[in-house]
Order: sequence, then C-alpha cells, then structure tokens
Amino acid sequence: MTQRALAIARYWWSYRFFVRSAIRNDLRARYARSKLGLLWALVQPLAMVLIYTLILSHLMSAKLPETDTVYAYPIYLMSGMLAWTLFSEAVGRGLGIFVEQGELIKKVAFPRALLPIIALGSATVNGLALLSMMLMVFLFLGHWPDLHYLWMPGLMFLALWLGLSIGLLFGLMNVFFRDISQAIPVILQFLFWLTPIVYALSMLPPEYHSYFSWNPIAKLTAAFQDVILYRRNPTELHLVYLSGIALIFTALSAGLYLRVKHELADHL
Amino acid sequence: MSVLINVENLGKAFRTYPNATQRIRSWLGLPTRNVKDIWVLKNLNFQVHAGEAVGLVGENGAGKSTLLKMIAGTLAPTEGGIQLFGEVRAILELGMGFNGEFTGRENARHGLSMMGMSAEEADSLLPEVEAFAEVGDYFDRPLRTYSSGMQMRVTFAVATARRPQVLIVDEALAVGDAYFQHKSFEKIREMQRAGTTLLIVSHDRGAIQRICDRVILLEHGEISREGDPEVIMDYYNAMLANKGNQKHTVHSEELEDGRVATTSGTGEATIQSVTLHDANSGDPIEIATVGQEVELKVKLDINEHIDQLVVGYVIKDRLRQDVFGTNTHLLDQVLENPKPGQTQCYRFRFTCNLGEGSYSTSVAAHADDTHVRHNYHWKDLACTFEVVNANKKRFLGVAWIPPELTIEPNSGDTQ
Repeated sequence: MTQRALAIARYWWSYRFFVRSAIRNDLRARYARSKLGLLWALVQPLAMVLIYTLILSHLMSAKLPETDTVYAYPIYLMSGMLAWTLFSEAVGRGLGIFVEQGELIKKVAFPRALLPIIALGSATVNGLALLSMMLMVFLFLGHWPDLHYLWMPGLMFLALWLGLSIGLLFGLMNVFFRDISQAIPVILQFLFWLTPIVYALSMLPPEYHSYFSWNPIAKLTAAFQDVILYRRNPTELHLVYLSGIALIFTALSAGLYLRVKHELADHL
Repeated sequence: MSVLINVENLGKAFRTYPNATQRIRSWLGLPTRNVKDIWVLKNLNFQVHAGEAVGLVGENGAGKSTLLKMIAGTLAPTEGGIQLFGEVRAILELGMGFNGEFTGRENARHGLSMMGMSAEEADSLLPEVEAFAEVGDYFDRPLRTYSSGMQMRVTFAVATARRPQVLIVDEALAVGDAYFQHKSFEKIREMQRAGTTLLIVSHDRGAIQRICDRVILLEHGEISREGDPEVIMDYYNAMLANKGNQKHTVHSEELEDGRVATTSGTGEATIQSVTLHDANSGDPIEIATVGQEVELKVKLDINEHIDQLVVGYVIKDRLRQDVFGTNTHLLDQVLENPKPGQTQCYRFRFTCNLGEGSYSTSVAAHADDTHVRHNYHWKDLACTFEVVNANKKRFLGVAWIPPELTIEPNSGDTQ
C-alpha cells in the first residue's frame, strides 16, 4: 500500500517540469499576441475600483467607521475586490479546466490530478500580480501594510482553494451538462452583489444582517477587509468555517471525479 | 519473451442515459433506469510480447482507435483490463494538445515535459527534435503558421524523441508528404530494431506487411482473426471486397507449401485456372528466365448473367509487395454481357522483366475498375512461379531494367 503510494508520488514528481511549463504556457497563452500581457488581468478589477470610487466615494467614506484614512472607501473596495477576484477566477478555472484541456486529456496520458494543480498555480501567479499592484496603490494612498499582512498568504490560498474546489465540482458536471458553464457566471454576478464588496454591511438596516451570515463569501471578503483596511486579525472561526466548506467541496469533487473518470474522456 | 501488453477480457461501452436525472442518480450512487450501454469493443484478449510488431486492421468503426486510446491510457476501459509493463508512447491522430500561439520549439519543449521529462532532459533532446522535424526557420515561429504536414513533423519528432518500450501509432504514417512519411517510417523501423514494441493501425497494407509480425483483425468490436500479416491482410481485403452482398463468401485454404490462399467472391463468374506459359511454344512453365516472353492464361467460367466483366491480375514478390498489376478495364477490353455457361480465356502476354526470386499472382474477376464493388471471384496465390537469371549479367532487385552505359572523359563542369 505504502509502496504503491510512493510509486504514484514518484510518478507525479517526475511531472514537475510539466506543471511548471503548463503554468507558464497558461499565463502566456491567455495574453498571447497582446503587448501588455498580464497587465490586462489587473486592468479589469482596478477599473472597477476606479469607477466605484469615482461614483460612490463621497457617499461611502462617511459610512466606514473605525478607519483612520480619508481613502477608506477605495481601500475597502480593493480589499473586497482582491478577495472576490481570487475566488471568482479560481471558480472559473475549475469550471473550464476539463473542457478547455479536452484535447490534451483525449490525446496524452498524464496524471489528471495535475490539472487542478496547474490551475491553482496560474491563478496564484495572477493573484500575486494583482496583490502587488494593489499594494502599490495602497502605498501611494499612504496606507502602509503592517504585521497583519502575515495573514495574506493564508487568506489568498483560502480564497483560491475555496473557488477552485467549487469550480472543479461544477467543472466536472459541465463536461456532461454544458449549461453549467453558462449558468455559473450569472450566479456569480448575483453573489457579487450579495456580498459586501462595493457596499458595507454597516450601511444596511441591522435586520438584514442575518441574511449575510448565510453567504460564506461575505466571510472571505470580511477577512481581507479586516487585514488590509482595518489592520486587525480576521475572525478565526470564520476561516475555519471557510476551510471546512473548501474541504467539503474538494471531497465532493474528488468523489464525483472517481465516479465519472471512466467516461470523462468520452464526453470531451 | 516477456509480455509487455496484456489485454484481458477488455470491453468498452459508451453509456447513455435517458435523461439528466438518471445521470445525476448515477453520480449519487442511486439505482438508475433505462441506462443503455453501446458496446464498441467486447471481450478482447491478446498479448503483445517484447520486440513484437503488431498491426491492427479493421473497417472504420471497428474499434481500432478506441482500443489504441485505452492502451495509451487516454480512455478508460468499461470492463476487463490492460496491464502494461513498460513506457508507452502514443501518436494518436494529429497533435498533442499543442498551442498554436507558441512556436514549434516552445510546443516541442512542452510536449517533452508532458512525457514526464525534466527541463534538462527536454533541453538536451530539443536539438534532435528540431533536426528530425526539418521545418527550418519555422521551428521558431508560431505553430498556427504551420501547414498540417509541418505540425505532424513536429508532433512525430517529439513523440519519438526518446525511444519508448512500446510505440503506438494510429494512422500517423498516412499524414504529411511522401518524404516525411518515408522518414518517419524509417524511424519506426529503427526503433523496432532497437527493441521497441510496436502497435500500429494503418490502412496501408504495404506498411503493415513490411513492419508487422502479426496482425489482429477487428470486426464489430471483436477480434475476428489474428495471425500472419499476409494471411490476415488477404482475408481482410477479400472481406472488404464485397461488403453488404449476401452471396459474397470469403474462403481461406492452406496450400501444400503451408501458405494460405484466400479466395472470395459472389460467384457469378469463377476463375477456373491460372497458368503461366512460354509465349512462343505455349508450354506451361513454373520457372521463367529473366527477359523471357511469357503468357499468363486465365480461364473463367461465366455462371450467371452479368453486365460487365473485368479481369485483373497483380504480380507480387516474395514479400507480397505489388510488383505490377493491371486489368482489362485499364486495357480497354471490358467484356459486356458475356453468355452464361461460357468459358472465357484471357491471355496476358508480357516480357518477364523481373529479377530473380519467387513471385505469385492474384487474379480477380469483377465488374468495375477496382475489385471493391461486385467482386465475382478473387483468388490470391493463384499462380506462383520462379524467375531465374539464365542469360543476363548479374543484377539486383525485382525489376530487370538494363541500362545503356556510356563513359566519356568530362571536359569540364559546363557543357
């Protein structure tokens, strides 16, 4: 048993160059023939931040208590956007991975378990690029990072893991029912507005607050906002809760994969 | 000889569900109703030994590609299993999931990584890949600018960069220009000599017979015959010759010398005898000399009414490669409405411009310019004969093409 596990591990390990090469290709392929390349990945969320800041800044600033900066709203917005972008991009990755890599899956035999790792890898690079871009803006606004940033790697991983595990489950279903890849972006759009990213929970009447406790993504954005804007520790219990959800979706994805793997390639 | 591929009771079905609910129930492990399995392969059992070259033939839809994909590991079996004892490399259809935006070099490097190579190993093999692919400057241009032949060159070069223990080739030999086909064929032969086991799907009879030690014929997802390439290919061709015709029969008979002759056809006309004669004396012969005038005599019985009768023959060498073939359609002498009950005698007179060796002829009577439609009777190994060199200078090869030689001092590079 252990010997078999070791053999499998060694087999996977032999593919480390493939993983690296695939991540690099993935990043390059998305922006092939565009001059600005990876920058385009950052333009979209930052443009949104700019738009909302320009439109809503005056309305919102007064309503973000417990902050010591006049730029509280743009920073609040960016922390939420960072969490959301990481999460939603990971969902998209997981969702598309099987269909997009269909040709490869059909033609080349390699450990399929590497596909999510490749997706995670390229989403991490994108996420780090976005984070560094935002950091520059924070510095420009005079909002310096402090020790609470030590939470960031963990939070970013959590956002990606949660997104990817959900994405993979629907990605597997999508191989058989292609409607799913059409439906998920719509659902994500609703989810975006049901999550306090553009607005703050404190702006809503208290009787509505309990509805938001149903939305795990609200806990995720709150953790990012805690660390980046409020310079405080996130609620640890929420992080455990989020990890639990990610774990459940990971198990569900793995379980479904094992059930459908013998007919997966037939449907690609 | 050790077994490299062991296929046991292998079956593949494509499962169809009547509706989404049933499929989702199957995911949840709940009982399902009206699930239909469409079996494309069933009950396959065979082994491939180290160093062997096995050809896989069968009509389109017989399940050849599905079988190869399962052995290559890209499709999962529905029942039974495949055991592999060695590194398997497959060249399936075109491409390896390459990206058109990247250059040939980048794709090749990535392709090598897909085989589980390290960066160093991939880099050390790249010059060889580049040299073998022979796409010149294009190697550093995006793949989307390549012709399909060039893409195939790169794919083939990558797939064969490191000699695997088992190489699976699916029709890849039919793609690309003649030069590269020849080159890739040579490469496969080279790997075969170095000990690589081959599993090949091809419609090219010549390629199968030159490479393979054994051929497996798939029919409707099952192994219908397995054995010597010549015998199976003869049978397969005969089987193809008149598909869908109820009267059509295929028959294999073992000759005295152990060879198996295949005859087939619907029987409206039957070949009574095929004999070789000296053209001048008319005496039957079994041995011809190089340059002798000979006559191939084919006697046919017309059994039923037919509109058209075409008679053709092919002379084959010892390796069963076609040396020369023609028919009365090509010779503009198609017989219209021959009378039933009559016997027709065809004499094909020719100069025996063949090299030394043993030859056989296959003779066929059919209705069109090819034997594929309305094959009345077709006989392999219908007449065998030896060619000896009695009065000519020694030469090589299967053809007698005597040159006229002139030697003169060359006065310079320009005329």
